Parts: sequence; structure tokens; C-alpha cells
Amino acid sequence: MSELKYLVFLGCVIPYRLASYEISARKVLKKLDVELVEMPEFNCCGFPMDPINHDLMLTLAARNLCLAEKQNLDILTLCNGCFSILNETNKVLAEDKDVREKINGHLSEIGMEFKGTIKVKHLVHVLVEDVGFEKIKDAVKKPLANLRVAQHGGCHIVRPAKHVNHGDDPENPTMLKNLIRLTGAECLDYMDETECCGNPIIGVNEEVPFQMAREKLEHVRAVKAQALITVCPFCHMMYDLNQPRIERAFNEKFGIPVLHYTQLLGLAMGFTPEQLLLNQLRVKPTELVSQIQQ
Amino acid sequence: MSETREYVPNVIKAEEMDPKFKYEISKLPGAEKLMLCFQCGTCTADCPISRFNDFYRPRKIARMVQLGLKDRLLSDDALWLCSTCFTCVDHCPQGVEIAGIVRVLRNLTVKERAVMPLVSKELASNILKAGYVYEFPESRLKRREMRGLPPLPKPNLEDVKKIFELTGSSEMLEKAKTFEKVKS
Ligand code: SF4
Ligand code: SF4
Repeated sequence: MSELKYLVFLGCVIPYRLASYEISARKVLKKLDVELVEMPEFNCCGFPMDPINHDLMLTLAARNLCLAEKQNLDILTLCNGCFSILNETNKVLAEDKDVREKINGHLSEIGMEFKGTIKVKHLVHVLVEDVGFEKIKDAVKKPLANLRVAQHGGCHIVRPAKHVNHGDDPENPTMLKNLIRLTGAECLDYMDETECCGNPIIGVNEEVPFQMAREKLEHVRAVKAQALITVCPFCHMMYDLNQPRIERAFNEKFGIPVLHYTQLLGLAMGFTPEQLLLNQLRVKPTELVSQIQQ
Repeated sequence: MSETREYVPNVIKAEEMDPKFKYEISKLPGAEKLMLCFQCGTCTADCPISRFNDFYRPRKIARMVQLGLKDRLLSDDALWLCSTCFTCVDHCPQGVEIAGIVRVLRNLTVKERAVMPLVSKELASNILKAGYVYEFPESRLKRREMRGLPPLPKPNLEDVKKIFELTGSSEMLEKAKTFEKVKS
């Protein structure tokens, strides 16, 4: 019997574009005895609607929270954006009576009411706070010794600090680093680790996010990391999917594989690269895979 | 980069300033601390977007709101460059939430000027049609099944449509003109 049970909130981007993240996450969570219950119904978390109408975002998010409340389950997200929006809404509605009454007014029209009885957690928070290092360590069967990687945890699992509240330091986040170290891999420090990926504005401007990503990849290359590790579909797309385009735009060659943390952990648990869909990455982790298989 | 943008003269005329604007804005969630901004510049110094262009400046946005330069603010598409990284929110010594103020200004632009980025309009209409920001073609759902993944949760399109209506969003979407890109 598994004690840890969550309602898994996949979001839109992961099922549409990143099966590699979903599949590897489901595999490693199962190994760690974490039970995932599927959402009974779904609508977009609301993240892309916040810029045009804050109340629309709050109501879309709150509807998902109500569904989780009905099941009496905490939400687990794999996406920093979904986490940020669902968590912010959960906090603001619980703490601000005026906002709660307004949004509950909307929700009553669809037969729902926000009560504030569940929590929202990102994968990283679940692994660090609920599963715990001991259990993860025990599940590592093939430590990734001699592998040197860097991490990009992304903004929304640590900022803004007033909403996130999971104890990680936004100026020097260590949760993901420590999770990486459990796999046996070395996690390297590099310059400007907490810098944003820039993906949220890519729909209106590519130049700025591309320059930001180029700089990030340069810093990662400077410490000779063999891969960059992410925990968010947006960050992942910025550095993996867009990497060839960034290389062309600046006439550079990076060739830095970008792995979902769950792929790295999966490898350390003994899953094969095929099972974890490593071949689906845009930047092929050929060297890394052959090093692991030696 | 900067040379592609038009030079906007900085001289502010008295009639451009709307003295009530700052009070209206600071009533809205996320912008409450606006008047506490003392122009230290920490937000601009730490903003990743500001590092890569010559015109997106969060400190300037805070001052412009305080001065009531509503027209200049709402007609400048630079507003749409904030990537909501929340660095400014965490670093401001006065607790001003610049990202919140920018969001309030964007919402106001949509509401009062009936204009939004094309991408926002597309995503909104997808959510209305599919509940997700994408419409999933059959082939993708099949592939999920083949990979042994559970079926995607179904959207409740009736509820989604109602939420758009209740929050005034359907009307906003209908009216809104769009722009495609923000030059940098
Ligand atoms: S950091 Fe805060 S006080 Fe300083 S300029 Fe920015 S908003 Fe104003
Ligand atoms: S939230 Fe927006 S304004 Fe603030 S630092 Fe990030 S990009 Fe700049």
C-alpha cells in the first residue's frame, strides 16, 4: 500500500510535447511508491490567461483546485507554470476574503466552491519533503558516478518567495541540486544559475529569450557540464527544443543535452535510456548514454 | 536591437499626467504597494529582460504609474516583455510587486484599449475549444495509448465557456485587436 498519493496535474504542454517527461516521471514515482490519481476532469491551469485577465486565471485555476478538494488529494504538478498558478491561487483565495468571495461567486454558477483544504506541490517539493532522501537513495541501483551535470530549476518553484514557501532559498536554491547528487552524479555550480529561461515571452519576442538562453548555455558549457537538468517543460523546451535554433542564430555550437530530472533519476534507478525516452530529446545525449552503459 | 525602436521624447507634459491613476492602480491586487517605490532601481538592475534590451525598465514603469502617465504606459508594447520571473518581487526593498503591477497594466490594456498579443488570443480560443491550450489531434491521443499512458482527462467545455463569460473574458476576446511581435 502506498502512503503517498496525489492528484497528478499534467498541464497542457507536457502531454502535448514532452512524453519523455511524463513517462519518466511516472516510472520513477512508481518506483518510489508514490501513487498518482488522474484528474477526473481538466482545464488549463490558467497561466497563459493571467496577462489578459487575472480573474479568468484565478477562476480557471480555482476550478481545478475544487476538483482536487472533492477528492481530498493534494495536487502534484510536473510543470513550474502550473505549480505557480495553482499554488498562488490556492494561497490568495485562502488568505484574501474579498478575492475568495468574488471567485466563489463565479464558481457557484458552475456548482463549485473553493474551500482551501488541499495543498499544491511541484515534483521537486514532493521528492524532497514527502518521499525523502533516504527512500530515493535506496532506489538508486546504478549510481551515475563520473557524470557531471548542471541544473536549471527555473523560477516558479522558488519565486515569488511570499507564495512558494517550501523552504528553498530563491537566491541559492539547493533542492534540485541535492536531488541530483542522490543519483551519484556531480552537480556543478555555474554563473547566474537562477536566471530565468525567458520562455514565457517567446510568443511575442524571440530575440530576448534567445539571448538569455545563449548566455545560460555558455555558462553551462564553461563548467564543462555534460548535461543540463530541468524540472519544467517550458525551461526544457527553451534549452533543448530551441537549442539548434539558438546555435544557428548566434553561429555557435553547444550540443548540451537537456534532461528532465526524472530521466536522470530513472537512469540511476536502472531504467534503460529507451524506457525513459532519451531518444526523444532534440539534442541527443549520445556521449552521456554510452558513458552510463560502459 | 534598440535602433529598431522609435525614440520617444522624454519631456512629460503636465496634461499627460492623470493624478488619479496611481490610486486606481494601487487598489488592484498585486499593485497595492505601488506608492512605496522610492526608485532605488534594484528591480531594473536584477531584471533579466532589461539586460538584453535598452527600453524595458521595471523601475521606469513604477515611476510612470506614480506620475499617472497612463497613455504612454498602455500604448507601449514593451509591457508584454516581462517574463514573470518574479526576481523584482523578491528583491524590492520596499515590497513593491513590479510583476504584479505589470500584470495589472496588461489587464487594463486588454480591458480599456481592446488589444492583446496574437498568441494570447490564440491560446484563449484554444482553451475555449479544447480546455487545453492545444487541440490534441487523434494521432497524439493514440500515441499516448500505445505508450501505455492513461487517457488524458476530459475537459468540461461547458464550465470553461461559463468561466470565460462570467469573468467578462468572452467579450474581451471578441473585441480585442491583436499585435504579433514586440520589437526589441
Ligand atoms: S526595487 Fe522596488 S523600490 Fe526599487 S525601484 Fe524597483 S519597485 Fe521601486
Ligand atoms: S518579473 Fe518581469 S519585470 Fe520582474 S524581473 Fe522578471 S522579467 Fe523583470
